[in-house]
Parts: sequence; structure tokens; C-alpha cells
Amino acid sequence: MSTETAIPIDAMEEWKLPDKGKMGMICLIVAESAIFTIFVVAYIFYIGKSLSGPTPAQVLKLPILGTVCLLSSSLTVHFAVSALEKGNARLSTLWLAATVILGAAFLTGTGMEWHKLIYHDGLTIRTNLFGTTFYSLVGLHASHVAVGLVMLSVALAFGIAGKLKSHHAHRLDVLSYYWHFVDAVWVVVFTVVYVLGR
Amino acid sequence: MTPTAMARTAADEPIPAKPQKLWHEMAHDWLTTVDHKRIGILYITYALVFMVIAGFEALLMRVQLAVPNNHFLSPEVFNRMFTMHGTTMVFFVGMPILFGFGNYLVPLMIGARDMAFPRLNAFSFWISAFGGLLLYYSFIGGDGLYGMGTAPDVGWFAYAPLTAKLFSPGHNTDYWILGIFLSGIGSVGTALNLVVTIISMRCKGMTMGRLPLLPWLYLVTSGMVFIALGPLTAAQLMLLLDRFLGSHFFDVQAGGSAVLWMHFFWIFGHPEVYILVLPAFAFANEIIPVFSRKAIFGYPAMVAATIGIGFISMGVWAHHMFTVGMGPAGNTFFTFSTMIIAVPTGIKIFNWLATLWGGKIHFATPMMFSAAFLFQFLVAGLTGIMLAVSPFDWQLGNSYFVVAHFHYVLVGAILVMIFAAFYFWFPKMTGRMLSERLGKWHFWLFFIGFHLTFDFMHVPGLLGMPRRIYTYEADRGWGVWNMIVSVGAIFQVAGILCFVWNMIRSYRKGEIAGPDPWDAWTLEWTTSSPPPVYNFAEDPVVHSRRPLWDIKHPNDPDADYE
Amino acid sequence: MSFGLILSTQIADVRDPWPMRVFHRIPFLSSGPTSIFSPEATPAHSIYGLSVFVLSITLAIFLIVAGLLAYAMIRFRHRKGDSEMEPAQLYGSQQIELSWTVIPFLIVVVLFLTTARIIAVTERARKPANAMDVVVIAHQFWWEYRYPKLGIVTANELHVPVSTAASPKPTYLTMSSADVDHSFWVPELAGKMDLIPNKVNVMWIDPHKPGVYLGQCAQYCGMEHAKMLIRVYVDTPEDFKKWAANQERPAVNDPAVAEGKQVFEHTACVNCHTVAGTVAQGRFGPDLTHLASRDTIASGSIKNTPENLRKWIEDPDSMKPGCLMPKMRLDDHELDVITAYMDSLH
Repeated sequence: MSTETAIPIDAMEEWKLPDKGKMGMICLIVAESAIFTIFVVAYIFYIGKSLSGPTPAQVLKLPILGTVCLLSSSLTVHFAVSALEKGNARLSTLWLAATVILGAAFLTGTGMEWHKLIYHDGLTIRTNLFGTTFYSLVGLHASHVAVGLVMLSVALAFGIAGKLKSHHAHRLDVLSYYWHFVDAVWVVVFTVVYVLGR
Repeated sequence: MTPTAMARTAADEPIPAKPQKLWHEMAHDWLTTVDHKRIGILYITYALVFMVIAGFEALLMRVQLAVPNNHFLSPEVFNRMFTMHGTTMVFFVGMPILFGFGNYLVPLMIGARDMAFPRLNAFSFWISAFGGLLLYYSFIGGDGLYGMGTAPDVGWFAYAPLTAKLFSPGHNTDYWILGIFLSGIGSVGTALNLVVTIISMRCKGMTMGRLPLLPWLYLVTSGMVFIALGPLTAAQLMLLLDRFLGSHFFDVQAGGSAVLWMHFFWIFGHPEVYILVLPAFAFANEIIPVFSRKAIFGYPAMVAATIGIGFISMGVWAHHMFTVGMGPAGNTFFTFSTMIIAVPTGIKIFNWLATLWGGKIHFATPMMFSAAFLFQFLVAGLTGIMLAVSPFDWQLGNSYFVVAHFHYVLVGAILVMIFAAFYFWFPKMTGRMLSERLGKWHFWLFFIGFHLTFDFMHVPGLLGMPRRIYTYEADRGWGVWNMIVSVGAIFQVAGILCFVWNMIRSYRKGEIAGPDPWDAWTLEWTTSSPPPVYNFAEDPVVHSRRPLWDIKHPNDPDADYE
Repeated sequence: MSFGLILSTQIADVRDPWPMRVFHRIPFLSSGPTSIFSPEATPAHSIYGLSVFVLSITLAIFLIVAGLLAYAMIRFRHRKGDSEMEPAQLYGSQQIELSWTVIPFLIVVVLFLTTARIIAVTERARKPANAMDVVVIAHQFWWEYRYPKLGIVTANELHVPVSTAASPKPTYLTMSSADVDHSFWVPELAGKMDLIPNKVNVMWIDPHKPGVYLGQCAQYCGMEHAKMLIRVYVDTPEDFKKWAANQERPAVNDPAVAEGKQVFEHTACVNCHTVAGTVAQGRFGPDLTHLASRDTIASGSIKNTPENLRKWIEDPDSMKPGCLMPKMRLDDHELDVITAYMDSLH
């Protein structure tokens, strides 16, 4: 331990602390994960406990296309961030557009699935416990996708208007953390609802 | 400039005369502020107002319960009173006041200019404030069941299925859900700010090992907020879906489970009480050393114990459910986890004892409250251990023994340390000392009232009196104890009145404090009182846990021993 | 003093160890009809023993730690005239800190093992073949009691046979709720157990002395939670046989109150209440077949006198605001005859 009481400032090592934006987003992700965890717990708890109505096996189909779209969008947003870090705003905008399209495709898929479930199979949130837990969990996830999509579209709009610069890469990176989180939640939801639950 | 030089300059300069602002300019300043110090004061003031309101609700209950078969309050009103009292005290007094102190002190203590996200900070305050106003609007909004307003009357924990549309028609439960939901958003926002500020904005030289204990405890508290508030938000969303969209989360007719609500609520509820108590520990960690004139004993153990408490507190929730019929395995597990948390908690008490030991204790008002805290928290912890013994809880759960226990923690430990924090940091926030004379009146009146009420409140519990009853039979033998409990409330009110008067009077006429009235050792005492809006003219550089100690004792700095 | 005896679940024949006897002597702690320190059945007694053990340990901890705190505050306080030099700064001590981590941990282990034993003894007790079975269904704001093996349905006043060491006969309560959460708490007999809709909980009691034991609902269940009282009548074997035989009979059909019976059967009363042997087969409210044999009405909160009964039928909300029985808007004469009829149902 140093016995000097006055260390000249320039002799001190560089004082580097974790990035604020990334720390903040990590905190938000932790808090949101807690909410999702409870909905997942409720889903698992109520598997097989519905007193009536359609069962998962009867009406659910694996949403392969939607999943592929959403998971690839994680890749595309990652490319968008690295492109912007390297200063290539146009390439970044293209990757952002791809992300938005893939995310929108996922939401469309969800919408179509719900349309079929409601009008074809007669499953709504109030039909039985399966309906309750399914729509709330998948809906909670979809709403988070929607929010992310809005943020990405804003970034895309800036990109198209030519306002995106390399020093914005940090902010885009923070946003991409959120998007990766949304994708990770989907992996869990997919496993619990479409694999385990059926 | 070194901190000493800064402090000296600040003390020497007269407080510059500011041009008087017009009232609407001042209001605009306060409404649009993003300064962590002002937001802290907004939180604290807001909490004090609600504390008076919720205290009044408690007073009404105590009048009703002072004698058996009383008719002072109808059951409708009484049931609303205990629901609103609990909900207000937890969400609109406890959380705001503790976040208020955190907001004010953390950036100052780590040598930062403000919080990491000042606008998020302001947003968090205003959305929480709105939540409280929404909850209280329920008293007048709508007709409700008996035409007496629709304030919630389902208990602060709102068990299902009492909260289902079937058993609670009308909108009281909805006000409960929405008011707390908004406050939860504010809590998560503030916790996020605290974590990012502490991790990413410490001044040069302040490694995590040199962070003062107050920011350390606020860091752990904020982490707990992230994990604990989620379950409450989720459960409330589920309840809203049940009530408005006909879903079946807690609908027993459709196979739903009432016990599931209990699990979700208490997965939030138990960490919540540790979220409330850790800041009280944080105050003790700063105040007791200063008035004992000794460094805190066992800093690494304090940090480890706090983190331990944070983790273990996530695993004890079902000790609120020992009577629900979880079966012997569940009861045994939660008995064990609840008892284990006594070990890190005990370590903290022993560290405070060791800090006092060999010191030179000055019993100014902050230290008097801290002394009461130490004894009272010890008792509260011990009655907690008793309740952890699940068979004992089969008798005493949901009785006045539990009410006495948790008020011992909330009032005897937390509120008392909040008083200590007021007396300690009011000079920093306003530039003036609170009156020691009024402080002693405040202390003794409150101390007598607290013990009359909450010591004797254990007895009706042991004699079989359950909670949440608006009246009781005369033949149970509970009357005389309830009377004593109610009388104690009057003394507490008198103490609080002294406190409010002290604050009002001292704000205008209190002795000028200067930057460091208590001869303390952390960075906030290097600024003027109140600090300038930018906090520090130059970013501080620290080399130990007590930067001011090092400056005041250049021949024997802490840096040599850490 | 043998703590083994404290932990044993036998009572009556074995003398309690002295700590338990001391506690029992503290007047204000065991006075009143609902004190947890006046156990009259094995579950309450095991808890009593365990609680004395726990209280002794926590009292000892309190005396030691509070004593040290008080000593430190007095001995090390700053007195006028003391030098202003700062005291020696002590930052920590590994040995001391280790000891005050290990010792509390050991205390916790001891407490835990003791507790685990009592949990097992109470919750895993083997049910004897001759146990009395009662099904308890909680309602807002009354208690329904059914004796499946005896074909009896009654309300609010629970009769059970006494259970002595010589001839043990515990009563097993199988419990659930028809609406919201409730809790069954009779402190002198056992710890409480919650009654939760869509869930079945089981508890047992074995009262050792005949008498009336009081309790009340211990989980907030709505407006009149405070008035959902419990009365447990512990009968000698002969008295229990007499009571059961009477309960099994259909309702008394006294021609003197025929007019009241008529009014009763033609009012909506029959939609909620059952009077065995008549057209009244409603299950929403308490069974009234032997109403006049009960000491109380309105779940133990009102004495069962003709006057009270009449007032209750006239306007239940005036005596128990928020109770779910509506005012039937009967005129004076109808009230008189109905009350007479109810009063005849022994």
C-alpha cells in the first residue's frame, strides 16, 4: 500500500469506469427480466391445468419463420452497429432497414397466428388458463418487440435522412442491447410455450 | 484545489445574497428541475406530507380500537384505513423518502456532479408523485359500494380472490393497482440512476473498495429493486387482465390459484422490506462512526453482509405464507432461509457495537436516534427470529404480534434512522442546524410513544388478537392493551409535531452550519452548505474511504491502513 | 431441566419443565380465553413448548447484546473535559468477526433443528383410525361444518369429542373455502390454518378438557372479517353422542309455529338456507335445521335470543354491516311468526 498521501494526478492510472449507457440498459434488462420471469412461471405453473377449451397441442404450430426472422434481426442489428462504428453510415442504415423488416415480419407472424387462434380455434384470453397465460406472455413479449421496433425505426429514419454519424454508434449499441434482450426472451418463450408446453 | 482549501474558501465566503425570485419563477424552477439535490428534496417533502396523512389514518384506527365494540369508525371506513395506511406508508412515504436521501447524497459522496440520467431522475419523481395522487383521488372518485368513495379496502397486499371483480366490484382495487404501478416505474427509474451513477461516475481514486458505505448499500438496494419490483408489476398486470379482460390468473372457478398471487406478491413483498431497511443501515453506517469518532469497524464485512442480505432476502418470501398449507418441506425450507438471514444482520449489529467500543461518543440528536435504533432494531430482529420458527408463526402469524414486529422495524428502526438522517444532513441541505433542544423534545416524546404503542402491541397478539379487525369482543381481554397502544400514538404525534416545528423554525432561524458542522469525513462535507448547484468546483481525488480524515490527519491517514 | 421433555409431544401425564410452568404463571400472558400460552390440545402444547425455548434463547441474546450496547454507550461516552484527541481507530479484527459469524450460525442451526422436529411432529402426525372427521368450509362471513361419517351439517358452532391421554380421539379438520381466503384460529387448541378456495388443507386438534374454546377468522376476508368468530364445543363422549344424535334428526315440526314455517317456506329464505325435512334446501347460507340449539347467531357475534333473532332477520345489515344476508322486508307479524318458528328448531 502506498505511503504517499499526495499522488500527483498525472501519475495516476487512467481512471476508466464502465459506460453509463450500457450500464443503464443492463439495469433495465434485469428489471424487465424479472417481470418476464413471473409470466413464464405462471405459464409453466398452469400447464395442463385448464378446465376446458383448446389445448396447446391442438392449436399451436411452431412459429419457425417468425423465430428465424427475429433471431436473424439480432445479427443484422449487430452488423448495423459495427458498420456505424467503422464510420459507414450508409451500410449501417441498410442493416437497420433489414432489422426493422425482420422485426416487423415477426410481429406480422404473431398477428396472423393470433388471428387464427381467435377466429378459427376460439381461443381468447378468457377461454381458459392456457389462453390467459399464452396471450399474456406472448403479448408481453410482442409489446416489447413493438417498442424496440419503434426505436429502431427512429434510428432508421435518422439514417435515411443522412444524420447518422459514427459518434452515434455508442447509442445504437445500447439500443442493440435491448434488441438482443428481446430476442433472448423469445428463445425462452419459444421453448416454454411451443416446445415444453405442447 | 484540495478539498480542505475548498472547504475553507466555502466557509470564509459569506452566503451571497440572491435576488428574490417571484413565486411563479420559483415554482417553475422546482417543477422543471433536474438537479439531484432538488429532486431529493422534492421526494423528501412529498414523503413527509404523506407521512402525516398516513399517520392520521393510523390515529383514526387507534381511536376505533382503543375500546372493544367501538363505533367510532364503520367497518367500511376502517378497512379502507388500514389498506391506505399500509399502502401509503410503504410506497409513498418509505420509498420516496429513502430515494430522496439517496438522490441527494450519493452524487455528493462519490464526488460526482449529478446523477447519471438527470431527466430520468425528474421523470421518476413525477411519475411516482402522480401515482400517489391517483391513489388518493380514489377517496373522492366514483361512488363505490356504499357511496363513500372507492378507496381500496383490500389490505395493502390485496390477496386474491378478494380482489377479483366478483368480490370487489367497483374501482377501489383498480386505484390500488394503478397508483402502485406508477410508483413502481419511478422506483425502477431511480434505482437505475443510482446504480449507473455509483458504477460509472465515481471520482478519481474512488475504487469500489473506497466507496463510502452509504452508496454501497444504495447500490445493493437498487439491485434488489430491479429484481423485486418486477414480480409486483407482473402480478398487478395479471390482476388488471383478470379484472378487465376476464382472464383467469387468480380465478379459482377456472382452476386459477389464490396461492399464486401470494407467492408473486411476497416475492416482491419480502425484498421490499429489505429495500426499506438497507438505507436505514446506510444512515447508521455514516452517522455512528462520526459521533463515535471512529472509523466503521469491519468495512469489508459490512459490504459482504449487505450483499448477503440482498441475496438471501430473495429466498425467504414464503415465511409470510406459513399458514397457507405449503406442507412440511416448504415450511422447513423457508424457516431455514429466514433464520439464516439473521447471521449477516447480526454481523452488522456487532460491527456497530465494535464501532462504538473504544470511541468517544457524542450524544447529539442524530446519535440519540441512532442509539435508539440499535436497541430497537435488535428487538425487531429477535421477534423476527421468533416468527421464523414456523410453528410459532402458526399461532402468531396474522396476529398483532406480527403487526408489532414489523412496526418495530419500520418505525423503531427505519423511521428513527430517518430522523437521525434529518438531523445529520439538514444542515448540509439548508445551511442551518436543527435545534438540539427541540430535537431532544422530539426524541423523548417519540421514544416514549413508540414504546408504549409497540412494546405493548405484542401482548394482544400473544393473547390471540388477529389483524385487520375493525373491532373485537370485550371478553377476550384485549381491551386494556389496546388502550395503552392507542395512548402511545398520542405521544408519537406530539414528537412528530416537535419535529415539524423544528424544521420550520430552523430553516429560517437555525444556527448557520458551515460546510462541516459535525467534523465528518466523507466528500459531501467539503462543499458549502447548501452545496452549489455543480457540487464540486473541481473533481475530487481520493485515496481512502475517509478523504477528509486523511486531510485532517495528514500524519496518520486512513490510506496507510486500508 | 430436560429440553427433551419440552420437545416431547406428550402432555397431561408428564409434568412440563420449569420454563414452561414459569411462563404459564405470568398472569397477563395466559389470561383471557384465546392466549397461546394456555394450550389445551397437543398442537398448541407443542408450539407452546417450542415457543418457550425460542423465547428463552432470544431473551438471552437480547440481554447479552443490549447489555453490551448499553455498556459501550455509557463507558465510552464523551464527557466534558475529555481531550479532543480522536480515539484509536480500529478498522477490524478477523478473529472477533469470525467468532460473531460462527456463533450466531450455530445458534441458528440449533433453533432450526428444534423447529424442524416440531413441524414434522405436527404436520406428519399419523391419523388414527378412530379420528373424528369434520369438513370445514369457510364463507363470507360464517363457518360451515359437515361430519361426513355422521351425516351432520351444521354451522358456526363446532362440536368435537374430548380426547384424553387414556382414550385419544383427535378431530381432523379438512378445510377449504367457498369464496375468498379465510383462516381458522383457535389459539388454545392449535396454530392457525388457512382456508383457501380451490385448495384443501388439513389440520388436527385433540382437546383434552371439555369446554368452549374461542377463536376467529385470521385472514382478512372482507367487510365483516372481524365478526367471523369461532366457537369450538369440546364435549364428553356422552354429551357428544347426544349432540350428534340430535343433529342427525330432521327439523322439529312443531304445529304451534306452523304459520311461521309457512312464511319461511314461501319467502326467499329457502334459496339460501337448509332446514332438513322441509323444502328449504339452499346451500349459500348456514344450515338452520337446529338453529335453536346454538348459543349464538351471526357466526358467534350475537347471542341467540328471540329478541336478537328477530332483529337479525329484520335487518341483518344493522347488526353486522356488510354481511351477505339481505333484508327480506317482512312486516311485523311475519317477523314474529318466523322468529317463533326459528326458535323452535332445536
